[in-house]
Amino acid sequence: MAQNPYEILGVARDASQDEIRKAYRKLAKANHPDLNPGDAAATERFSEIASAYDILGDTEKRGRFDRGEIDATGAERPDPRYYREYADAPGGHPYASSAGYEDMGDMSDFFSEIFGARARAGGHPGGQQDGQTIRMRGQDVRYHLEIDFLEAVTGATRRVTMPDGKALDIAIPEGLRDGQTIRLKGQGGPGYGGGPAGDAFVEVSVRPHPRFTREGDDIVLVLPIALDEAVLGAKVEVPTTTGRVSMTIPKGASGGQTLRLRGKGVKTRGGGHGDQLVRLQVKMPETIDDELAAFMETWRESHRYDPRKGMGEGR
Amino acid sequence: MRYTEDQVVAEVRTLTVERLRAWVAEGWIVPATGETAISFTEIDVARVRLVCDLADEMAVGDEAIPVILSLIDQVHGLRGELKRLVSAIERQPEPVRASIRQEIAARD
Repeated sequence: MAQNPYEILGVARDASQDEIRKAYRKLAKANHPDLNPGDAAATERFSEIASAYDILGDTEKRGRFDRGEIDATGAERPDPRYYREYADAPGGHPYASSAGYEDMGDMSDFFSEIFGARARAGGHPGGQQDGQTIRMRGQDVRYHLEIDFLEAVTGATRRVTMPDGKALDIAIPEGLRDGQTIRLKGQGGPGYGGGPAGDAFVEVSVRPHPRFTREGDDIVLVLPIALDEAVLGAKVEVPTTTGRVSMTIPKGASGGQTLRLRGKGVKTRGGGHGDQLVRLQVKMPETIDDELAAFMETWRESHRYDPRKGMGEGR
Repeated sequence: MRYTEDQVVAEVRTLTVERLRAWVAEGWIVPATGETAISFTEIDVARVRLVCDLADEMAVGDEAIPVILSLIDQVHGLRGELKRLVSAIERQPEPVRASIRQEIAARD
């Protein structure tokens, strides 16, 4: 239950707006989740403090609260995602930096060995004083690339022009996922004073395909079939990401039924391939002619069945 | 999910496009360059929100913000490395973990 906002901020009922603001800032600094990355309760404390200040920091809302017109929650808004929640972002955190371990004496070799390859300066390049010259690692650059669905599935090479005018060939690996980042070591900004170049981070978005969608390593395709194909079964041509293949539709296929084309999906991390899932969609003829209608009339007299059996009563 | 400049401004309550551009120019926020325009990720939006919180809610001055960001980034980097180290230790056989525990206790 929401506590009294005066108690949360630790101020008296008759505190001035200035006192309230000062109390709030002090608490906000101590409890901001991004300044307390390992403290799970900080989010809750901070949002309590923020909603208390939402009310008391605004003279009008404070008045309404004092008069009992609004409760201690005020108008609640959903918690935003804090920066610290991205500290473990897959594909590397574009801003995280490690200053290195050169101050750790003999251990520094051990740490550099295990983390050295990962340690890098983020948005703010770090300097290192070496006698008179300053050695500095180059800036990392970020590039956003949009590719087609099929390029992501089969892999491709794309030539792009980086912000600094340099042309780079980017190899899109087979099976790349939407939002994945490709890191090109040493392709960022040049280093200073003999320092190493920064890295290029290419963030890849995948444009949706009009027919195919992706579920993990499987490709999903909705395949319309005719009424007679559903009843009698058929052999049909199905598009896959690598070309058309023929597939057998079983006799009596239902709409929504899923058939599996083994190995026609996306390359998996283990080196195998996912499947293509073909979801059948029975498509009626454009017009229901008299012949079909008459046939159905007689057919249902003797073959009535209940497709909704087992759904039970009520909702 | 990616955001354009306008979408970021719409997403963060106290942000204006002038402020966002100034922060990008300062290098506090580093959006990705694209074929047609710059674009932001959810990480960038969360970082923008953090800068807003620092500037507006905590009244941190412009000179202090890059210092704070750099320290937070280092903490994230270190915590990431610490996490990998701890998970490597966790996967060791019990005698190895026990001797690591003893070593740490002996130095406290």
